[in-house]
Amino acid sequence: MFSQISASVIDGLLIGFVYGIAAMGLSLIWGVMRVINLAHGATMALGMFTIYLLFTGAGVNPYIGLLLLVAMALIFGVIVYIVSLARVIQAGYLYTLLGTFAVNMIIIGIGTTVFSTSPQNVDFSLGSIVLGPIILQGTRLFAAAASMVMTGALYLFLYFTRPGKAIRAVSDNRAAAELMGIPSSKILALTFGLGTMLAAVAGGLTATFFPFTILSGSTYQLKSFVICVLGGLGNPLGALFGGLILGGLEGIVPIFMPVSWVPVVEFGLFVLVLVVRPTGIMGAK
Amino acid sequence: MNFWRQPGFWLNILLVTVGGAIVLIIRQDTLRETAFTVLMFIALASSLNIIMGFAGYVNFGHIVFFGLGGYFGFFLLSELGWPLYIAMVAGGCLSVVLALVVGAAVLRLRGAYFALATIGINEAARAFVANFQPFGGSTGLSVNFSAYDKYGGASQALWWIFILLWLVTIATVVVSYLVKHSRFGLGLIAIREDEDAAMVMGVKAPWDKTKAFALSAFFPGLIGTLYFFKNGNVEPEDAFRFQMSLEILVMVMLGGKGLVLGPILGAFAYERLRGYLLVSPIFKNLHLALSGGILLLIVLFVPGGAVGWVRERFPRLRRVLE
Repeated sequence: MFSQISASVIDGLLIGFVYGIAAMGLSLIWGVMRVINLAHGATMALGMFTIYLLFTGAGVNPYIGLLLLVAMALIFGVIVYIVSLARVIQAGYLYTLLGTFAVNMIIIGIGTTVFSTSPQNVDFSLGSIVLGPIILQGTRLFAAAASMVMTGALYLFLYFTRPGKAIRAVSDNRAAAELMGIPSSKILALTFGLGTMLAAVAGGLTATFFPFTILSGSTYQLKSFVICVLGGLGNPLGALFGGLILGGLEGIVPIFMPVSWVPVVEFGLFVLVLVVRPTGIMGAK
Repeated sequence: MNFWRQPGFWLNILLVTVGGAIVLIIRQDTLRETAFTVLMFIALASSLNIIMGFAGYVNFGHIVFFGLGGYFGFFLLSELGWPLYIAMVAGGCLSVVLALVVGAAVLRLRGAYFALATIGINEAARAFVANFQPFGGSTGLSVNFSAYDKYGGASQALWWIFILLWLVTIATVVVSYLVKHSRFGLGLIAIREDEDAAMVMGVKAPWDKTKAFALSAFFPGLIGTLYFFKNGNVEPEDAFRFQMSLEILVMVMLGGKGLVLGPILGAFAYERLRGYLLVSPIFKNLHLALSGGILLLIVLFVPGGAVGWVRERFPRLRRVLE
């Protein structure tokens, strides 16, 4: 019993890291721009398919593919910002929600036409490590490690580089940052690009161990919402923490009740946290 | 207020009444099915408009009232053999109760936090119903065919359902108009513009918001029962489609939020457009992308929706188009 619990908890935590960086993208965009990115899930799905196409089409190792994906997603995010958000960023949250949702519909619509909705998977293995009764799959370990590296890199970027500091300044007070000579619209575009990149990378990592369709993004998007609320909306480190909570829950809950109850627990917790403590368990800044 | 002298009131009522009446005169099955969907979305969009357009609280989970109320009504009439009219009202009442309970908690949240919470409620309800055995769990419920016999067989029953839906839609539009022109509605509009200022001026914001939420929940409960009874079955994936919530939202935006006429025209236009795209060979697969493109253009360039745009351009029409 104990070994079963520890095995599924560890497995859950490893996946939780990946959930964490996906949610971090959402959280960063919310914290700096006050935008809830409804194209988040679709972006994750695009990340999955990019890795899939590079792997099956060109034989690129998924982890080298990730490096390509980082650059592509960053540019894609900036373009999405310019097309769908730049005009309405001041117009209130309804317009930014609907703007990003329109992007989501366009991606899903084109994606369904091109890829159909049949499930795909990246048939790639890194072997596994056996620790007594616990079997750790290489792809999941690597995904967790990559997520930690991403988190560290994001932290260093936000705190020790000029653009990163500019992002934090815009997040604190856009008008004041503008007065200090920060080109705030460029910074917002960069932020959206970074958030998109985190989502796409999380999608790409997920693709290495779960099968997926072009519609899978919506499930992960909902999970990201739950995680952001658990960790405090707008708090990227809280997002990682929330991801671990959710991953852990997904490992523990199925031991005590049928798997189909997992979403009930997740979304019940989500609504409860929002109502009781909207700033999240960790507390937003 | 003597609203029966207002041209705006009659225009809204006439559109819906005449539309349904034409279908009843022609009595053709395919036309009825098309009209059913259009009327259903008009009523859903108009009811969403009460909380979203008037009070300014954007509900991303409006469909939860449709799903849960519909489930309850369907359960009563299919499993317990209640008459349709009573089951329908019971479905609506369950939605109202849910809205009162949930609203008391989530209406304290503002802006995007409220929007997020409504997404969570819809998903929680879907996941719960999928595990709730009396409602058939993840496979849902199918109608007991003897239930149709009371209405003179299945084909006759479909016409009854259509007539009921037509009446519900007219009622939704009338209520929406009355709310907009009442003291209560003015309070909601004040909340939308500035909630704190409204409270200072004596609007009882928490109670008014909850009332508006409950009112907007009642009609989807009725419609859900009718819709699932027409389909003959109900399952969780069908009842709590997040996509459908968003489509209703798009309809409200398309026509113009905060106007009675907006959701009517928005629902009609969106439904017809989708119907056209789905059958056209070129756009069949791309219809979602195309709808997304249209939504993006509206959000970026016509934020007031079609009716809002016309009102802005032609101030004389404001008394008619409201």
